[in-house]
Amino acid sequence: MIPSDPKQVKQICFDRINIPNVHKLSVAREHGAYEFLPTVLNEFDSDKIIDEVKTSGLRGRGGAGFPTGLKWSFVPRNTGKPTYLLCNADEGEPGTFKDRDIMRFDPHLLIEGMIMAGFALNVHDAYIYIRGEFLHEANVLNAAIEEAYAANLLGENILGTNYSMNLTVHRGAGAYVCGEETALIESLEGKPGRPRFKPPFPAVEGFYACPTVVNNVETLATVPAILKHGGEWHAAIGIPNNTGCKIFSVSGHVNKPGNYEVPMGTSMKVLIEEYCGGLQHGTVPKVIIPGGSSTPWLTAEHYDVPLTYDDIMKAGSFLGSGAVIVMDETADLVALTRRLSHFYAHESCGQCTPCREGTGWLDRIMVRVQGGAGTADDVDVLHDAAQHMAGRTICALAEGAAAPVLSLLKFFPEDVKARLAEKSA
Amino acid sequence: MSSETVRFSDERLAEIDKLVKRYPSAQSALMPVLHMAQEDFGYLSMDTQKMIAELLGLRLMQVREVVTFYTMFREQPCGSYLLEVCTNAGCMLNGAYELAEHMCNTLGIKMGETTEDGLFTIAEVECAGACGGAPVVQVNNVYHEHATPESMDALITKLRTGQEAVSEGGAA
Repeated sequence: MIPSDPKQVKQICFDRINIPNVHKLSVAREHGAYEFLPTVLNEFDSDKIIDEVKTSGLRGRGGAGFPTGLKWSFVPRNTGKPTYLLCNADEGEPGTFKDRDIMRFDPHLLIEGMIMAGFALNVHDAYIYIRGEFLHEANVLNAAIEEAYAANLLGENILGTNYSMNLTVHRGAGAYVCGEETALIESLEGKPGRPRFKPPFPAVEGFYACPTVVNNVETLATVPAILKHGGEWHAAIGIPNNTGCKIFSVSGHVNKPGNYEVPMGTSMKVLIEEYCGGLQHGTVPKVIIPGGSSTPWLTAEHYDVPLTYDDIMKAGSFLGSGAVIVMDETADLVALTRRLSHFYAHESCGQCTPCREGTGWLDRIMVRVQGGAGTADDVDVLHDAAQHMAGRTICALAEGAAAPVLSLLKFFPEDVKARLAEKSA
Repeated sequence: MSSETVRFSDERLAEIDKLVKRYPSAQSALMPVLHMAQEDFGYLSMDTQKMIAELLGLRLMQVREVVTFYTMFREQPCGSYLLEVCTNAGCMLNGAYELAEHMCNTLGIKMGETTEDGLFTIAEVECAGACGGAPVVQVNNVYHEHATPESMDALITKLRTGQEAVSEGGAA
């Protein structure tokens, strides 16, 4: 296990992304798409595939970072019920925009990954749950799926084997909470997307109470490379327990925002300065939100943090979905927090009281504070409310809502005080 | 008005028939069918919702709770062009609020309103998932990235004079 030199390692999910028209099957095939699929279908079995994915060290790329092979191994076999594979393409965490690029530029990579995962889990009906706003991406996927059916890569007896799998694209309709896997399942059942209590976990009782695996787009898109090159190959990229490459969606105050796939362990500073062309103003960021708006903030102190699940956790936050929101010295952090509080209040599904009421409190108080009408009591209530939301609800939305408020109060109390002072001044 | 006045075309009904078969239960087809109805009829009237409930064998309440839960489903008509300005973190840091204000001034309406001629509705939306292209404005489901006051003014002029049509087909 050697830490890899960022410049030496090829990209995994973005390997073909710059090839013109690679969304078309003929072009994708010229560049290796589905090349290894016959070997998998004819020579691999479930155990072999799950073992390779376990060996690879791949962890879920949607945010939670749960080991993918382990998740797959939880699926009970021979239950007499069908097993479902759901791809989570609901990409709604503010700051995240990586799955969109995989889907619109290289849809066959995702489809191939889903066939391989489906084969490993004995799935015959798989679905891609894509956020409703991504109509273009859904159209690209549907066209690619149609081509795959025509080439016998999907449908009955794939490539002449005994394995059959259908794949359907399903559009959401603008509910952030549906990115939570049990809410996604509810939504796919044609209901409001309200997260379910766990256990039972989806692997045991998911879609229509059947065993169900929900994996993120980037996770599934990594599977073809792992099976082709072997789990050991993937495990050698990055550092132990944080293997492979990861796409970072970088936005905010950088000169070249965008998606960059880099080996795990690359430093935040390298990502921002070498890949993203540095900050718009100044040389050191004021705040970095490392894993999407729901993750606690990092400050200049951690500018050098290696981009791994473990290092970012040690620094006090989460790698999450790899959505890096960068703010330079010009950022109005009170205004930003107010905006995020509004987002969570809007997106709370409403079933848990601490979240339904708490997100509304945070939103209303932040509006007051930003408007210069806040009081010192408001700051106490913000702190108290945010701390009483996290960990007291079915899903993690409340925790995500609390994160920016708690980060603002912890790292920048003087910014808040200055707003309060505006009123008395 | 009875629910019989709202009807899907025969082609749509055939499409829905195929769609339902892809799921373990017809209820799963509800959201795709609502998207189709919104594309065909512009919005989801109560009659449309009743018709869909009958079509899929659901109670009206099951349709209502989905229509009201998800932001993209509309129970009221909107302008021919729906301009949705993302103002969440990435866009906000790159001038989305200033852009939104400029667009409201150009159109002469407030956020959430529709122009008198029924051409434009402007709305503020949550993260569009394209923060690398901030600020982002969706116009009838088409993303306009790195939007500027100038590019949006030009687009609004083109749409007004019919020089550019924006929409990406396909509802499901």
